Amino acid sequence: MRENTTVITAEPGRQELFITREFDAPRELVFRAHTEAELYEQWVGPDDLTMTIEKMDATDGGSYRFLHERAEHVYAFHGVYHEVLKPERIIGTFEFDGLPETGHVIMGTTRFEDLGNGRTRLVHQSVFQSVADRDGMIQSGMERGVDEGYRKLDGLLPTLQAKAQTN
Amino acid sequence: MDAFSALAEPTRRDILELLASNGKMPATAIYKRFKATPPAISQHLKVLKDANLVSVQKKAQQRIYYVNPEPMKELEKWIKQFCSRVEKQYSKLDALLEKEKLKQDEQPQLFDEL
Repeated sequence: MRENTTVITAEPGRQELFITREFDAPRELVFRAHTEAELYEQWVGPDDLTMTIEKMDATDGGSYRFLHERAEHVYAFHGVYHEVLKPERIIGTFEFDGLPETGHVIMGTTRFEDLGNGRTRLVHQSVFQSVADRDGMIQSGMERGVDEGYRKLDGLLPTLQAKAQTN
Repeated sequence: MDAFSALAEPTRRDILELLASNGKMPATAIYKRFKATPPAISQHLKVLKDANLVSVQKKAQQRIYYVNPEPMKELEKWIKQFCSRVEKQYSKLDALLEKEKLKQDEQPQLFDEL
């Protein structure tokens, strides 16, 4: 089995980021793990959070809402599926409900490439509304998983807002 | 301005790359390498300095600029930590896919037993 490493590309000053990752599984299965709620909820989200799927209708024009919970903290994400083309592509929007203002929407395209021999390459592109939105998301990723992570995240949100306004 | 925002401007990234490849450079030498006016470049240098991306040394009448490596390491750390969060998630997906593959393989066997 080859080593499957995650590659994230975020060029300075750009509004997008790319995630590339290969899997030792056929494309249909990797695709299903992204579109079927009972599979999706088993792997999405950080380990220290409980993932709840409030709604997930992975069809063209369908929508989703996920909750990540730990103790009294609830973080919600929602969006719509623009195109769900089995088994090769998912295009949709993503918004984190916990930001101080709404409207910071990310457009995501996930492509699943059949590499043969039961292997699949996933290439995900996220396009943000501003460079500040993208960098804020990368920086908030850093805060997760540490003990006082949530307090830090709360502290980060006003910064995100300030950055979004000056942008 | 933080390092990420300072780097969002293409001219500032060019200045940083120039300094990274040339080491220390006086402001006047930096001005010569750009089409923009010296005051414009000087403003960019100020932003880079405020974001702690470059440092400046005064030598006689000259201001010598050089790259400060620490914040660049900080940026790298952010990306790395973000990457490790995404990777953790995909490791869980790996395990799930293995489980699902086994399920698919097992199904015909179940029928054989029946």
